[in-house]
Amino acid sequence: MGQNELLQKLAECVEFGKVNKTAPYPPAMKGQDGADELTRQALEMGIKPSEILNDALIFAMDKVGEKFSQKKIFVPQMLISAKAMNTAMEHLKPYFQSGEVKRKGKFIIGTVSGDLHDIGKNLVAMIVEGAGWEVIDLGVDVDAGKFKTAIGENPDAVVGLSALLTTTMPNMQKIVGEIKAQYPNVKLIIGGAPVNDEFRSEIGADGYSPDPQSAVAYLNALVA
Amino acid sequence: MKTITQEIQSGKLMVSDGAWGTFLQQMGLQPGECPESWNLKYPDRVLEIAQSYIDAGSDMIETNSFGGNAFKLSMFGLEDKVYEINEAAARISRKAAGSNRHVLGSIGPTGKMLMMGDVTYEQLYEAFKTQAMGLEAGGADALVVETMTDLEEATAAVRACRDNTSCEVICTMTFDKSPDGSFFTMMGVSPADLVPAMIDAGANIIGANCGNGMENMIGIVNEIRAIDPEIPVLVHANAGAPVYKNGETVFLETPDQMAQFTPLLIDAGANIIGGCCGTTPDHIRKIVEVVKLKTV
Repeated sequence: MGQNELLQKLAECVEFGKVNKTAPYPPAMKGQDGADELTRQALEMGIKPSEILNDALIFAMDKVGEKFSQKKIFVPQMLISAKAMNTAMEHLKPYFQSGEVKRKGKFIIGTVSGDLHDIGKNLVAMIVEGAGWEVIDLGVDVDAGKFKTAIGENPDAVVGLSALLTTTMPNMQKIVGEIKAQYPNVKLIIGGAPVNDEFRSEIGADGYSPDPQSAVAYLNALVA
Repeated sequence: MKTITQEIQSGKLMVSDGAWGTFLQQMGLQPGECPESWNLKYPDRVLEIAQSYIDAGSDMIETNSFGGNAFKLSMFGLEDKVYEINEAAARISRKAAGSNRHVLGSIGPTGKMLMMGDVTYEQLYEAFKTQAMGLEAGGADALVVETMTDLEEATAAVRACRDNTSCEVICTMTFDKSPDGSFFTMMGVSPADLVPAMIDAGANIIGANCGNGMENMIGIVNEIRAIDPEIPVLVHANAGAPVYKNGETVFLETPDQMAQFTPLLIDAGANIIGGCCGTTPDHIRKIVEVVKLKTV
């Protein structure tokens, strides 16, 4: 198998969620090598880690995010793709640590205080990571103090705030206000079922993402 | 008392209740506070909500137990009180409903994902079983498995209700509208997928709740009726979409606006109509009026 063919196959594994050879999903790829095996083979073949990242993993996750925002695929397909991508990323970890491969930047994400819902937040984290960003996930029920500590440690990071409950939207407003008071230049993007762009402008956040792909688009535009 | 299914089979159109969560907030429930803990802490306030829907003319009311499963309650250190909390929830609603209105024990999702290996099917089943048994013991005559998005989790809940209680079982999912106008849950389940799977699991009544106002619910009921003309259908619609105003989230659809879509929803084939987020006793009162006119 040539380099291009291998990268293309790896991209397919991520797009359709083939984690490794023994994974039963998707049934159409049963018994074939998955993201795990193909990433190892690619590195053994001497393909540059940055090429694996950009031409296979990011390329595939971009397609996944696109299909999700068009509602051609749903949460399960997206999660299984993210799992395949994470498996591939494990092999690339040493190259990130050595600095040979660089990420686009850092993204801090958390569900705001009072809100314990993590599914949407996790989806965004996975897709953003799959787009080549380092993700710092603060979890759920995150107050302004925790966000500010993380920003203090990662002053260049972009921050994402999530809320599912309409009742925690006021907390989002409070947290955005407190972060902006201390770090006026940090970019803040918000998302979650009840929020919209009007709310974003009312509370003074910088971006609103109706879906994970638009969060990626916003982030990538910042470093383009 | 006849069962809900029997009443529907005798030709009755029925009205359910409105929102609980947004109502609890108005009464002082704080973000991050466990709504179900109020069944033990402030039963009088919970009773007030239940009573206001009975007074508005609801044929059935839910219970304050949406997040009353072991997984959600464990976030508040209440996982050992699942049975007690659910029993209290049903007892409060039964007190308001008396002996001739129905009490629907509310069972919401766990927030865990089966496909990611968060939990096993058996763990979900056990959690729903304890909740369902507590609700029946407190006086629920029906159980409503609601706001579901995943078919397997919904199946675990419906089976747990069917196997371990003698309550009627209702299952409603939350659908989003696709760009092409069809409806899917966030996990990719369509109304056409929901119907046969839930009937097979033992549900007596199926439908949709939350996520949509009345208008979109018409499309969902159409999709359900296209594949099953018989199964009783329940709809709990939001009072439109949430809007943020002056530091507060509000649902803007008025009682009149919601009521205006009610005849269309009935024509599409809905048998039970009620509200979800943002609907108040005033909305329900208006829907009751419209349903009465429709029945005459």
